[in-house]
Amino acid sequence: MSVLTPLDRPNSYIGRSVPRPNAKRLLAGRGRYVTDITLPRMLHVAYVRSPYAHARIVSIDATTAREMPGVRLVATGEDLAKLCAPWIGTMDHFKGMKSPPQLPLPIDKVVWSGQAVVAVVADTRALAEDAAEAVYIEFDELPAVVDIDAARAPDAPVISPELGSNLCFHGKIDTGGVEDVFAGAAHVVEEEFHFGRHTAVTMEPRAIIADYDASEGQLTVHHATQTPYQFQDIYARHYGLPESRVRVIAPDIGGSFGMKLHMYHEDMAVVGLSMMLGRPVKYVADRIESFVSDIHARDHRVRARMAADAEGNILAMDVEDVTGIGAFSAYPRTSVVEGNQVYRLMGAPYTFRNYRADLQVVFQNKVQMSQYRAVGHPVACTVTERLVDMIADKTAQDVFDIRSRNLIPDDAYPCTSPTGYQFEALSHHACLAKLKAMMDYDRLRAEQAELRTKGIHRGIGIATFVEITNPGPAFYGVGGARISSQDGAIIKITPSGDVHCSISVTELGQGTETIIGQIVAEHLGVDSNRIKVMTGDTDTTPHGGATYACRGAGIGGETALQAAKKLKANVLAVAAAILQDEPEKLDIHSGWIVDVATAQQRIELSEIARIAYFRSDTLPPGTQAQLSVAHHYAPQGYPFAFTNGVQACHLELDVETGLVKILKLWVVEDCGRVINPLLVDEQIRGGVVQGLGAAFFEECVYGDSGQLTNGSLADYLVPMAVEMPDIEIGHVETPTLDTQLGAKGVGEAGTAAASAAALNAMNDAMKPFGRTVAQVPMTPARILKALGHI
Amino acid sequence: MSDLVNVTMTVNGTEVSHSIAPRITLADFLRQTLELTGTHTGCEMGVCGACLVILDGRVVHSCLTFAVQASGAAIETVEGLSDRAVIADIQEAFHQRNALQCGFCTPGMLMTAHALLSQSGVPSREDIRDALSGNYCRCTGYEAIVDAIEKVARDRYAGANASAPEEVGA
Ligand code: FES
Ligand code: FES
Repeated sequence: MSVLTPLDRPNSYIGRSVPRPNAKRLLAGRGRYVTDITLPRMLHVAYVRSPYAHARIVSIDATTAREMPGVRLVATGEDLAKLCAPWIGTMDHFKGMKSPPQLPLPIDKVVWSGQAVVAVVADTRALAEDAAEAVYIEFDELPAVVDIDAARAPDAPVISPELGSNLCFHGKIDTGGVEDVFAGAAHVVEEEFHFGRHTAVTMEPRAIIADYDASEGQLTVHHATQTPYQFQDIYARHYGLPESRVRVIAPDIGGSFGMKLHMYHEDMAVVGLSMMLGRPVKYVADRIESFVSDIHARDHRVRARMAADAEGNILAMDVEDVTGIGAFSAYPRTSVVEGNQVYRLMGAPYTFRNYRADLQVVFQNKVQMSQYRAVGHPVACTVTERLVDMIADKTAQDVFDIRSRNLIPDDAYPCTSPTGYQFEALSHHACLAKLKAMMDYDRLRAEQAELRTKGIHRGIGIATFVEITNPGPAFYGVGGARISSQDGAIIKITPSGDVHCSISVTELGQGTETIIGQIVAEHLGVDSNRIKVMTGDTDTTPHGGATYACRGAGIGGETALQAAKKLKANVLAVAAAILQDEPEKLDIHSGWIVDVATAQQRIELSEIARIAYFRSDTLPPGTQAQLSVAHHYAPQGYPFAFTNGVQACHLELDVETGLVKILKLWVVEDCGRVINPLLVDEQIRGGVVQGLGAAFFEECVYGDSGQLTNGSLADYLVPMAVEMPDIEIGHVETPTLDTQLGAKGVGEAGTAAASAAALNAMNDAMKPFGRTVAQVPMTPARILKALGHI
Repeated sequence: MSDLVNVTMTVNGTEVSHSIAPRITLADFLRQTLELTGTHTGCEMGVCGACLVILDGRVVHSCLTFAVQASGAAIETVEGLSDRAVIADIQEAFHQRNALQCGFCTPGMLMTAHALLSQSGVPSREDIRDALSGNYCRCTGYEAIVDAIEKVARDRYAGANASAPEEVGA
């Protein structure tokens, strides 16, 4: 006899692998990215950029450029400053943090190599570039502040003298008693870790078209971003426009990963240029420009130690993180969030209570550093998990055993981390057990031992992690940033009984529109192919947080669920009036109003809609059908919904060349209720590969004078198909009880721990040589150096 | 503007003729002049594969080809292949397997897949990964793309698609 599961109910979509309806358009080459959009009378901008990392602007001569064919405008920092109020990337809850004011284009000095200085607007991009070459800027070079230690030296040149130093933020956490614990511990391990800068490399570069219509005072911005509402607010405030006259549209986006939610100078300038010209102006970063202007990520040096008792029970951690963020803090989310998460997430999966950490966020003459997929997590995870492995070594324990001993027990929730994060319910031990079985761990270890005798060096590394998802206002709102943690949805029934949902979470290819459709279909009781979901337009969707910090499914999904229930109640009220029945005795299945008791079909939803819209005269007196609802949902309860999981990496190291073959990755993940397994697994795989990129390939390499030396896609390595392994994924489901949906986020989990698992695997492979590595990316040269070969 | 040159080529089966600046790449010609925006540019230096199109039966980087070099040639883009339904099974496999997220790399991936799958035999996963080495994807982690192509290869081999594949060189 077959067992009836929740998936056997009518319109049960939650939990099903539903392919994305909107992907078909992209497969047919009919995507509509900002790069594809052409508007009537549209102009194009090219920027003249600084060749110096730090210099005074002495003079700008654009006389020749202004005369060149097709040139409509040459604008400088002073021109745009007349229109645009400056911005400062700080938040109040980071006590003492500071950052200088920024303008679209600089007026008197440049602070990183590649900074846009002059805008040239012309009929075509090629003509704009031609004229840009004819702009002559005289610079007076200043000493570049590049190294994070040199930047903090007492005699260091200060990039923004009005701030007094190159220190953006200094944070400390101390639970007390850490010195004593270390002094009395049976085992202490310590390491200095280096995490290189890398960058998002979205396949579609940043792109924006600003279209200002002076006749109406209306600004429309087609913006490749994941957060249109945030930019609506920014453009309105900084250009002094009424918010109702600013519309931001985010159509198809060719990858974002956190990179396209920051304020970029070129993008802000485009708005001003359009206002000056009264015509649409388009900017698309070319790949070289992307490398020198997109945010970079990470860039941490972490010194950390861990204390344990004789049995390997972890007692304490002591951490010092110094991170370089470029010449200012990014806007509006700041560049401190990354470091803040690094030093608050350390050791989060484990039971120990004593913790001390020091975080220094440092200005330097480089591209801005800010939030990118898995913000801070890979750094905290790598440091913690490597130290845990070192304790395992000291106490001669297996890497699974040391974790079983120290991970927070699955029945110990709710509880807090040493840094105060609140955990509702996690499943570290269940995930660990599942992973061990999935990877056939004991067999891999036996095989490893045998291969070592043949000179083949394989490594196995595991890494447990927690991930912050579904953030409430504690993330940005409390710091004064106008970034919403709530979402809104409008769902309406059309006259033919179809359903239209516009919602404030945005689609980046991760499948937002699909899962929202699944949730509405299930909770309203209609077939999903009758639902259309719209996102990414501030004029047609309610204000909301959109997409960041893994909130789309958990918060956006709950918004859709509650909105659908509200609409269903409205439909049933009308149906009850028509059928002379009680709403509680009715339900909706597959677009039919049915009897709850018998499931017998009574009247079709389309018929309700027809009557409500066209024959309201036949409804009982006093009945006003409400077939559209608007609903907002803001997370309450826990400040964040933490997810957890564990990853394992299996690799083979060629000790002669330092080359690595990544054999396989395993991930066990607990993101609560899984709405669409197909989409969840592909989020994890994509995230893992970005984590492996950081582990082995990706690094923005700077010279001593602050020049990025590998800023092209030929020089900067991103993972290719042939280098990447197959990735096996398992799930444990611990739904959050904060919401009816129970979903948490999953977009960043893959990235959070992949590099940690890889680093542990590499150290495992090197074990016979008594050598270690504590720097990512683990390039062949660094591996050979670690092995003592060069 | 002076120094325009005439180019005539067949694009997706239709002859087109335009006066263009000689420095226009084939990618820009397709995207801007012909408004065939299914072909994308991700690096404009022959690395990422987003701009791949078929030129006289061979897969080429349209970012590295000047439009004038394509004069007289027969070009096919993702729009043309879609309309002719020759890659319908690949598109369907990509869709079912969720082998795309943002979709920006996808037209280029389809070109590579089309070329690989028009050769005889069933490629191994390693062969598929190898063939995809000139196509960057930042979203998927590649595995779903490999799965989708593998499925089409198997299905075609099993005779699920009766029509003989046309030859496309890489
Ligand atoms: S745009 Fe042609 S290969 Fe990248
Ligand atoms: S799907 Fe986004 S780059 Fe491949």
